[in-house]
Amino acid sequence: MATMIGLPKSAKPGDIVEVKLLLAHPMESGFRGDFDGNKIPRDIITEVRCLYLDELVFRAEFFPAVAANPFLGFTFRAVKSGSVAFTWTDMDGNESHEVREITVE
Amino acid sequence: MSRLSRRQALALTIGAPLMVRLMPASATPGAMQAAIASWSKGAAIEPGLVTLTLPLLVASGNAVPLKVTVDSPMTPEDHVAEIAIFNERNPLPDVIRFHFTPASGRAQAETRIRLSDTQKVHAIARLSDGTFRSAAVNVVVTAPACVEN
Repeated sequence: MATMIGLPKSAKPGDIVEVKLLLAHPMESGFRGDFDGNKIPRDIITEVRCLYLDELVFRAEFFPAVAANPFLGFTFRAVKSGSVAFTWTDMDGNESHEVREITVE
Repeated sequence: MSRLSRRQALALTIGAPLMVRLMPASATPGAMQAAIASWSKGAAIEPGLVTLTLPLLVASGNAVPLKVTVDSPMTPEDHVAEIAIFNERNPLPDVIRFHFTPASGRAQAETRIRLSDTQKVHAIARLSDGTFRSAAVNVVVTAPACVEN
């Protein structure tokens, strides 16, 4: 499953824009065991950030209770055309990025 | 003062242990309270203002949809800075924390969470004036997360 980003292509200034984000990640909680009874090590995304026009508009901190293939829905206020950048970080500090453009007029 | 009748005494011996057994189930477990206190730095938390939406009953606790909204103008002077979600019975009391700015436009977020058992889920909002507001929803889980795949 690939990462999916739901973001309208355009909005009017002042509109509240709804963003939907679906990240492909097992979110292994660290509480499960494998068939041999060994604990499966924890492997989770710890933080997701969304920057619009290089300004932070939303941030989420994840714990193991976030379901596999994490889904996030949130909003930001449209001001002008520009980039909407998504960054998510895993436990080891590895960062992934996606950038989309939105037209505001 | 009347003494206990034999019947009342008998009822107590049967009833008292039951009460002790039932009480922890309705009390908020200490681990979650400790987590909330450490997050809010011991500040008073008032119920209200927060709308937390979760299904009341789910077949599987593996991906339970959660939506939280706080009615707020989201101005620099008056906005919701953070909403933290806590649970009573998962291995860890923390679930997720949402951080907002006035540029968020709305204090609203959605996700999907794991629930290991039937329990109350709590949403606590930290407002820009330093006050805390909360809501809680009880979710009945018929097949828990964490145990199976």
